[in-house]
Amino acid sequence: MLKGKAFKFGDNISTDHIVPGRLLHLRSNLAELAKHVFEDIDPKFTERVASGDFVVAGKNFGLGSSREHAPLVIKMSGVSAVLVKSVARIFFRNAINVGLPVLICDTDMIDNGDKLEVNLEAGKISDLTNKAQLSFSKMPEIMLRILDEGGLIPYIKKYKDFTVNPGSD
Amino acid sequence: MEKTLAEKILSDKSDTEVYAGDIIIVPLDLVFVQDSTGPLTLRQFNESNLNTIHNPERSILFIDHSVPSPARELSNDHMFLRGFAKEKGVVLSDIGEGICHQIVAESFASPGNVIVGADSHTVTGGALGAFATGMGSTDVAIALALGKTWLRVPETIKVVVNGRLAKGVYAKDLILHLIGQIGADGATYKALEFSGETVGMMAMSERLTIANMVVEAGAKVGLFPADSVTQSYLESQGRGKQYIALQPDADATYESTIEINAAQLEPTVSKPHTVDNIALVKELKGTHVAQVFIGTCTNGRLDDLRIAADILKGRRRHPRTRLIVAPASKKVLLAALAEGYIKTLVESGASIVPPGCAACLGVHQGVLGDGEACVSTANRNFKGRMGNPAAFIYLASPATAAATAICGEISAPREFL
Ligand code: SF4
Repeated sequence: MLKGKAFKFGDNISTDHIVPGRLLHLRSNLAELAKHVFEDIDPKFTERVASGDFVVAGKNFGLGSSREHAPLVIKMSGVSAVLVKSVARIFFRNAINVGLPVLICDTDMIDNGDKLEVNLEAGKISDLTNKAQLSFSKMPEIMLRILDEGGLIPYIKKYKDFTVNPGSD
Repeated sequence: MEKTLAEKILSDKSDTEVYAGDIIIVPLDLVFVQDSTGPLTLRQFNESNLNTIHNPERSILFIDHSVPSPARELSNDHMFLRGFAKEKGVVLSDIGEGICHQIVAESFASPGNVIVGADSHTVTGGALGAFATGMGSTDVAIALALGKTWLRVPETIKVVVNGRLAKGVYAKDLILHLIGQIGADGATYKALEFSGETVGMMAMSERLTIANMVVEAGAKVGLFPADSVTQSYLESQGRGKQYIALQPDADATYESTIEINAAQLEPTVSKPHTVDNIALVKELKGTHVAQVFIGTCTNGRLDDLRIAADILKGRRRHPRTRLIVAPASKKVLLAALAEGYIKTLVESGASIVPPGCAACLGVHQGVLGDGEACVSTANRNFKGRMGNPAAFIYLASPATAAATAICGEISAPREFL
C-alpha cells in the first residue's frame, strides 16, 4: 500500500516542465538535477514533497523529449506513483523502466494536498480527504512484469532477455 | 488480412503476421543515442552486465546537442561517449557532423527498417518508410545490447492530403495545422500514415519535416510510403540500392481517417507554450520578435536554407531582430556554402552557428532573454525550452521565419516571394 499526499498539476505537463533542457549540464549528476524537479511550474515542490507522495495531473503527462531523467528525478524526489488521466508514450515506458508506477485514472476527483492510499495489486485508489474511491486501468503484462522487478535493468539482469510471449497484451 | 504500413513493416521484421494491438519482439536495424540521453543510456548498459553491443556498425553515438560543448560537465559527458565508442567499436558521430535525425536520414534509414533512438524525434525516419521511434535511455541501452526491443503494434490514423499548397505555404504549415486540429495528444500511441496526391508530390525534405513533428501529437511513428521520391533521395545520398517500394494495402484497417485540403492552408504558427496552440500568421500581426532561429531536425535542411536565403537576398534583418541559422548537418552546410545560401544569409545579418541542435534546446547559441519572443523553425515551444521560462517561442516555417526577421514582427512570407 502506497500512502502520501497529492501534488496536483494540470494537462500537458512536458518533460521540459519536469527537468528543463537548460539543466543539461547536470544530467550526469542526478542528485543535483533532482533538486530542480518541477522548478519552473512549482518552485517549492522539492521543499514540500515527502517520501511516498503522489504526482497527480491531467491528460498527456510527460509529453516531449525522451529524457528518462524526467521519471528518474520524480522518483528520486520520493514520489511513489504518478496518477494521470493519460500519459505520453515515451514517458510511460521510461517510468516503468525506472520502476516508477504510472496509474491511469480520473484525476478530476483528486485535489491538491489530498491524502491518498494506493493499492497497486488491487488497482484501487482511495482519496482519504474526500472519501472518493477510484480504480485505474491495467497495464500490458510485459510492463507489469518489468515494474514487478523494479525496472528494466533488474528485469534484464534476472532474465537476460525479454521473456514475455508476444500477444500477451 | 490487409495491412497498414506499420503492420507491414513490423510483420516483415518479426516474421509473424501482426496487427494493431499485438505485443511483439522485433529485431532492430539501427539503434542510436545523442549526447543528452547517451550518458545515461551507456551507464544503464554498463549496469545491465550484458557487456556486448549486438551490432556495433549499426549502433551510433551522436554528439550533436551541445556542440561545441558550452560547459565542463558536458565536455566530460562527451569524453565518456567517445571513450565508450572506442572501447566497443560502435559508430561515433562527433561535433561538426550534425543532428542525429538528419544524419540518420542522409546515411542510414531505409524503407522497411525498424529503428529506435534515445530521442523523441527519431520518428523523423518515418519519412523514408522506416518504422522509427523514440525511446528512453534504459530501453535503448537494452536495444544496444540485445539488438531487439518490445513494441505494441500501433493502431493507425490515416492522413489523406490532397490539393496544392499555396505560394508561401509549406509542409511545416501543414503539420502545424494537423497538430492544431488533433491536439498534442491526438495520436498518442498511434501511427500516423500519410497519403494522397500532395504527399506523392512532396520532396523528401518536406516529408522529413512532417514525420519529425508527429511526436508533437503523441504519435509513435509517422509513416510515408516509399515511392519514386524516396528512391531519388536514396540515390542522391549514394544509397540507391537500399530502396524498396512500400505501400499500405488498399483495404487495411485504420482507426480513423483525417482529410486535409492543402490548398486551403495558410501560413501557420504555434503560439507559446504548446505546439497545438496554433494561429494563422495574419492573426499575429504586430507581435514583436527579438530573435529568429532557422535550423533543427525539423527545418535545418538545404531546402529550408534555400527558402530563407531566397527571401533574405538583398534584404537585411530588422535592427531589433537577431537572426541565427544552424545547418542541420555538415552535408547541408557544405551544400549551402556551394550554393551561396550561407553568403546571402550572412550578408542579411545572420549569425551562422555550427551544424547541430544549437538554440533548440536552450543550453547555448541563442538562449532568450526575459520577456523576449522568438520565431523558431523547431518543433517545440514549451515553456523554458529555449533556456528561459520567461521567454515566448512561436514555431513557424523557414519562410515565415525569414519574413519575420526582415519585418521585426511575425509576418507572412508572401510579399517577399
Ligand atoms: S534539433 Fe532540437 S528537436 Fe531536433 S534533436 Fe536537436 S534538440 Fe531535439
